[in-house]
This record gives sequence, C-alpha cells and structure tokens, in this order.
Amino acid sequence: MDKNEFKEWEGFVGESWKNSIDVSAFIDQNYTEYLGDDSFLAPKTQKTTIVWNKCRDLLQKETQNGGCLDVETNILSGITAFGPGYIDKPNEVIVGLQTDTPLKRIVNMYGGTKIALKALEAHGYKLNPEVQKHFVTYRKTHNDGVFDAYTPIIRRARKNGLLTGLPDGYGRGRIIGDYRRIALYGVDRLIEEKQKDLQNDFLDENNLEENIRLREEVSEQIRALNQIKEMAKSYGYDISHPAKNAQEAIQWSYFGYLAGAKENNGAATSMGRDATFFDIYIERDLKKGILSESTAQELIDQFVIKLRLIRHLRTPEYDELFAGDPTWVTESLAGMLDEKHSLVTKTSFRFLHTLENLDPSAEPNLTVLWAKNLPMGFKRYASKISIRTDSIQYEGDDTMRPLYGHDYAISCCVSSMKEGKQMQFFGARCNLAKALLYAINGGYDELSGALVVEGFNKLEDEVLDYSKVRKNYSGMMKKIAKIYVDANNIIHYMHDKYAYEASQMALHDTYVERLMAFGVAGFSSAVDSLSAIKYAKVKPIRNAQGIAIDFDIIGDFPKYGNDDDRVDNLAVELIKEFFGYLDSRKLYRNAKATLSLLTITSNVMYGLKTGSTPDGRKAGEAFAPGANPMHGRDSSGALRSLNSVAKIPFANCCQDGVSNTFSIVPSALGHDETEQINNLVNILDGYFVQGAQHINVNVLNRELLIDAMNNPWKYPNLTIRVSGYAVNFNKLDRAHQEEVIARTFHEKR
Amino acid sequence: MKGYITDIETMGLVDGPGTRLVIFLSGCPLRCIYCHNPETWKISDFTQTISPHDVLNMYNKFKVYYGENGGVTFSGGEPLVQSKFVLECAKLLKKHNISTALDTSGAVSGDFSKLLDFIDLVILDVKAVDENEYKKICGNSIENYNKFLSLCQKNNKKLWLRQVIVPSLNDDENHITKLANYIKNIKNVEKVELLPYHSMARDKYKKLGIEYKLNNTMDMDKQKCIELEKKLINLINTKTS
Repeated sequence: MDKNEFKEWEGFVGESWKNSIDVSAFIDQNYTEYLGDDSFLAPKTQKTTIVWNKCRDLLQKETQNGGCLDVETNILSGITAFGPGYIDKPNEVIVGLQTDTPLKRIVNMYGGTKIALKALEAHGYKLNPEVQKHFVTYRKTHNDGVFDAYTPIIRRARKNGLLTGLPDGYGRGRIIGDYRRIALYGVDRLIEEKQKDLQNDFLDENNLEENIRLREEVSEQIRALNQIKEMAKSYGYDISHPAKNAQEAIQWSYFGYLAGAKENNGAATSMGRDATFFDIYIERDLKKGILSESTAQELIDQFVIKLRLIRHLRTPEYDELFAGDPTWVTESLAGMLDEKHSLVTKTSFRFLHTLENLDPSAEPNLTVLWAKNLPMGFKRYASKISIRTDSIQYEGDDTMRPLYGHDYAISCCVSSMKEGKQMQFFGARCNLAKALLYAINGGYDELSGALVVEGFNKLEDEVLDYSKVRKNYSGMMKKIAKIYVDANNIIHYMHDKYAYEASQMALHDTYVERLMAFGVAGFSSAVDSLSAIKYAKVKPIRNAQGIAIDFDIIGDFPKYGNDDDRVDNLAVELIKEFFGYLDSRKLYRNAKATLSLLTITSNVMYGLKTGSTPDGRKAGEAFAPGANPMHGRDSSGALRSLNSVAKIPFANCCQDGVSNTFSIVPSALGHDETEQINNLVNILDGYFVQGAQHINVNVLNRELLIDAMNNPWKYPNLTIRVSGYAVNFNKLDRAHQEEVIARTFHEKR
Repeated sequence: MKGYITDIETMGLVDGPGTRLVIFLSGCPLRCIYCHNPETWKISDFTQTISPHDVLNMYNKFKVYYGENGGVTFSGGEPLVQSKFVLECAKLLKKHNISTALDTSGAVSGDFSKLLDFIDLVILDVKAVDENEYKKICGNSIENYNKFLSLCQKNNKKLWLRQVIVPSLNDDENHITKLANYIKNIKNVEKVELLPYHSMARDKYKKLGIEYKLNNTMDMDKQKCIELEKKLINLINTKTS
C-alpha cells in the first residue's frame, strides 16, 4: 500500500487531500448535497433518551447549586490530567468529558492565578493547598507577564473602562483547531507532517525570535498531539490511524475539541464546521448498511449532548458581563461551495434537529451560514426551528465567502476564520462612546475625574461645535488606537509565552495566518452623539473641574437605525476611521487587524462605566448591543433598522463581525406556521442580500418577553403585532408590559 | 394626488400573502365595538399625507425583503373612503407588476369596479352575517357591504375572508356553522381567517378620550380561536346535499 494511503479511506475520491493536509479539498470532492426537506429525520433513540435524561437531572442540579455543580480541586488543567469520565457508559455512543464526571469544572491557572482563585472562592471551593503552593511558587502566568509589561497609559485606560474585557487574566479563547484533521488523517500522520516543519538545520537570522519561538511551539504541538492520543486511549480508542466509520469520525474530531477544552479556558472555544464533513462518513456507512437514519441521528444527538456539557470556571464578575454561563461552542452549518452548489447535507439538518430531539439550547451555538442560493428546503427548515426554538443565529455566507473561501468557521459569535489556516488574537473592546467624551473633556475621565489621555484641550464652548469635536475625536481615536494596539501586542506576546494553546494550534498549519481582532463598544451611542452635535444644539453641563457630566440637547436630530443617510454616513465614516488607525500600526507576529461590532451582553457593563453622552443617554445606562441602534430610537420599523446596520462595511473594516439582534413574536411573523416560516425566509434573504453579516433572530416566547421587560436593550425594536395593531414593546411602561405579556401569551404552551 | 394615512408598516407579515408594505389609510365610516385602530377613524390635522409615487418608492426600497409573493396592502381605517387615491396607487403599482391587496370592510357606497380591476386580492372583513348583528357590531347597515361583496363576485375577485371572534359575541359553534354555510355560497374564496379579539387597544381609546365599549370582555382565547377556525374550514369543505 502507498505510504499516503489508508484502508480507512476506501470509497473516498480525489488525490490532492491525500498528499497534504487538506480537509477542505476532501469535503469538496466527497460530499453529497441534499436538496430535499426535513421529512427524512428520525427521533431520538432509546440510548439518547437515557443519556439526555441523566443530563437534564444534572443540569437541574447545577442550577440549584448556584450555577456550578462541582470543581476539581486537586488537579489542574491539562489534556491528560483527568481520567476518563462518563454520563452513562453503556448508552453513550460518543464519549469524553472534560474531567472524570459530568459538569465538574477545571481549574486553569496558566492565564492567571488571581482570577482562578477568585472563581474558586466565589463558588465555595478551595484548591488543594499543596497544588496551589507549588504552582504559585514555581510557575509564572500569562497575567504576571502582561502586568510586567503594561505601560502606564494602558493601566489608566483599563482602570477607567476605556479598554474593557481584555483577555489579560485568563485564556484568550477564539481559536478553533481543525479537529476534523484527526478523523481524516489520524494523529500519527499529523505528527509526521509537523516533524517535517522542524527539519531545518539552521535558524533564519533575519527572523531569529520568530524562528526560535515557532520551533518551540511546533515541538509543543507534537507533544500535545501525543497527549490527545493518550487521552483517547484512556477511553479505549486508538486514534493514531484515520477514522474508519462515522462513529469514529465524530469521536476522533470530538477528542480533538475536548483536548482543547481540557487544556484551555478561553471565553469562546468554538467547534468549527463539521456537519458536511461528518456527512461524508455517514453517507458511506448508510450505503454499506452499517448505519440507519436513526443511528446516524443518534451520533449527532450524542455529540451535541457532549458539547452542551462543556463548562469553564468563571468569576461572578465574568458572569455579570456575560449572562448565562456561555461557552460559545459555535458550530457553523450550511453555506455555499460556490455560486451554485451549497454545502448543505442531510447532516446539516441533523444538527438543527437536535434542537427538537433534545431541548432547545443556546449551546452549542448553532450558526447557519445563510446564502441567497441555499436550497429552499434547508432555508425553510432552519426558519421553522428558529420559530420553534429561538436557538439559531444567522450569518451572511455571501458576505464572508469572498474573503474567507468556503471552508471557514465562526468562532464565538461572529468571528470568521479559515479552518486550520487562520487563528485569532482576541482583542476585546474599546469604548468609543467614552472616547468621544474624552475628546470633549481633554482626556479626563468623566466619572473618575482622572487624566487618562494626555495632550488634549477641554472644549469649552457653550454649545458644542461639530467640527471642533470631530477634530478632537479623530486625534483622540488615533492616540487610543495606539494604546489599544500596545495592550493587545503585550497580551498576545505573553499568552503565547505562558499559556500557549498547543493542542488547538497543533490542528492548524504551522505557518498560520494571524488575525488580531479588535472591537468596539458603545458604537450607536457615539454615532447618535455625533449626530446630535451636528444637527441639534448640545450644551454640556460641566462640573467644577470643567468636565462635561451631562448634556442639554435642544432640537431633534437623525438617529442611527432609521435608514437615514445623514446619520448612517456618520456611522460608516467613524468606524472606517477608527479601523484605519488600528490597521496602520505594527501588530505582534505580523497579525492582520480586524474589527468587530459585538458586545454580546457586555454592553450593560460598559454602559455602566460610562458617563452621560451627548445623544441623551444618561450616565450608567446600557449601550445597545453590538451594531444595534439604541433601543427605542429605531422608530421607523424593523426593516429600516436592519438597513442601517447593513450599511456598516464588513470587508476590510469590520471583518471580525457586525452583530445585529432582531426580535419578533411568532404570531407577528404570520397567521400560521407556514406563513411564519416563509416570512422569516424573506426577511433573512432581504437582509443578507444587502451584504449584511450577522443577525440573531429572537422569536420570542413568553419567557423571553419577560426577559425583554427586564433587559430591554437585549431586544431592540421589539414589535408585537396582532393583525394591524402594533406596539413597540420597549416603549411601554412596566405595568403595561406585564399586561401585554399576560395578554399575548395567555394560551397554554 | 395625496392620500391621508395614519401609519405605514414596511414589514407587513399578517395582512395578505408574503411579506408586504401595508398602508394604513385614514377615515372609516364604521365604529366597530372591538376596533383596535380608533386613531384611524377620522382624517385629522395629525394625519400624514403620501403620494402614489411615495408608495412605489417605498416598495422598491424594501423590495429585497418582500420575496416572490409579497406586495402592497391597502388597509386602514377603511381604504375605500379614499378610493380615488387607492386607485391611483394601484394603477401605478400594477404598471410595475407589483401585487396589490385591499384590506376592507366593504362598508362604503360607490362604484368600485374600476378600482377592483387593479386589485389582485380583496381581504374582506365579514363583520357579521346577520343584518341585526352587523348593526350591533359596526353601528351601520349591512347594505354597503353586501353590494361590495356582490361586485367582487361579479368581477371574479380573489377573496380572503376574515372575522374577528369576540368571547360570548360570536365564539359559539352555532355561529360558526352559520358562518360556514354563508361562506359556502361565496366563490373565489382562497382563505378564511378567524382573528381573536384582544384588548390591547384599550390604551389608545384612553389617550383619544373615546369610550371603550368592551371593558368587561376578556381577550379571546387564541387556542380556542384556532380550533374554531379549523372547524369552520372543515365545515366549508364538507359537501352538503
């Protein structure tokens, strides 16, 4: 047999993917597009029912226990640190847990001891004193390194909430290994390929540090690959060879993911783009007669159950920032191969079907890559599951594919990366609304009164002058961009040094492309503030120190979110300018700058740390999430709001994502489910055809409407419509909202 | 030419097929006890105006969302009150091959045959079958409605029939049977919808200083309304000898 030939590949076509590591080529040449509807899908099996029922009990216990079931306090994180763990061994067709029992969390100290110990304490646990003593005495962490190098101005910017959520005390996350490589090639072949990258006898003197660092990293990657093999062996699997059937393909890939989730604790640890890859194995097994639709679904259901149990140990501050203990195990589905052929397979349906077979769930974060030419059967099924479970997010494949090719995956919520070929340095967020206040206040913080950014004069006009404000804002943004870049260069230098993700990077090409993903918070508030200053009269109310602590706004002004170019152009101009400042700086390891308008739920915390803004937002009030218009200001209908967001440039600007949230109650989508499905398809088609990138569709049930009452910013532009009668939910007072909830949902569900 | 409107819904999802632009026109001769848009009754100083070209431009702006079977729906108020304006709009829209729907009670006198030539679908609100009941609900005689329905039948217009179901007013089986027998004699009916009464408009009445007549009426149970609708459709589809 040829050296590059395995018996496990019998029946697969194509040659290029055999000679080098190229999962994408393997998929292109072997997958079977599915153009039909959902009628073939199977319910969950007896085995899955038993396993899932046990998990339900455990999840309930976890909630009753204050959100954390258990923590391993004697052993620290690591790929082979924990013995095998099971939920219900005889009934599990896909195995593997982070620790030896379900939902028991890992202590990871490599990112920083402080946060890890704080999280332990908050949940009432104490690390084994011996372990703690040794780790703290002998091991330096990422967090230690960062604070050794931080400049004074970074410290001030961080302390005053200008730069927020920086990954300087725990894992940076966002890295997706190409876990499919283990299934297709087996670990031994991957090690062999990595060893080739260490064969140079001499160092490159022009690139000395990078050369040495990379050699060390590749050696660590090989070590990690061997550990993944060892971990799999503890579950009784030899993954040195390629997977021979569908069960093994899913199991092998999952072991790769699991190693990453044992080794690291990054905020987002996403899965990748696996459905169509798995489908090739499932189709082969179905043809051989060794799998049925029912057992195929069982594999996907049980794989998804495993992903639902992923946990990380977090502090209360983290939970406050990102409500709901999210892990962002994002799995990207569908998308197109080219203009005509989609990557939709039956397994794309099977993944969505887990939301029916198991319960609706936020994790794994199922993400449909929507394209104009996706098969209608799949569009309709995704819409149906959205309406029924409210658990899918959508991203524009026609927007991303030209930039990332057709084998990219979404990390976290909106970050696209070529699988195995690009990695990301997660850069958190810069508060652009606060930056505007600094431009008005000469670099003084409006809440603490501290001088954060030196070299600017306070604007002392009675009425703010747009051109003066804008000029100062440009200067301020340019300087802040430098601070922000410095912070991220330091963070990722140290993270590579002290908390390197060896198992995940082992599943990337050695010469990987690096993206540094910056972000912005307070976007719509900054934009509306500029509009207010330009089109209305804005009078600062200053304190004794001369800092504007509030604003009098006289007259009306156009607001972002109404498809009004007068203000939407300000939004586009602002984000392009800020990105330009970031992009012009030198980035660690020659990373390419990207930018996101994404806050998830942290817009509340960032708003809390920001004084009153010239748009009328009062001190401490929440910002709108991501790229959303401020709640209640997008008053001319949902489509105009969508159109405003769709104008934010993706390519070569917000290429790390433009996040938008859209809310609707099912009855407002149409008279019956068929109508609702068709209408949602229309809305998604209309939004994405304009070059939009992301939309979170909240199809609200009663519980969500109650949540909307408590957290209005999470449900922007929420319209409740009952044939000809519309109310904007967020504009009603509390008592009336309660009434509407009672009336809209009085039927039993 | 200008039309008087109270509202525009650019994402109309429940008034006609597909996703539609819905124009809510001002003015209505009826005073239905359950009306949820009392602000549309009168053409007042606060009413905005719009031209047929504005309607076309707005449709084009949002066309990408409207899919294959979307279009424009004229609702209200009672769109027939401004029938000349609706005719101008519909003519212009049909020139651009845009689907048009008229959401009406039919309760206006006049000859609308020219208008109907440019309307693809009539969504007709069947307030009541019985003359007395009609008067009780709407405050007007059923005569204009009957004439309008006859015109639709004569001109072979596609129809969607709707009725608002109010607890203890028309939510009994007897009533549904009567309605089914009535609908059986109407041709070109493509769809029948029962809409559950809700009291969410109560606040609007308060703001407008108008007395709300159904203060003691509960909202219609949605599930029950769906069941009544199923029953109605079954009865309509059952052949009688």
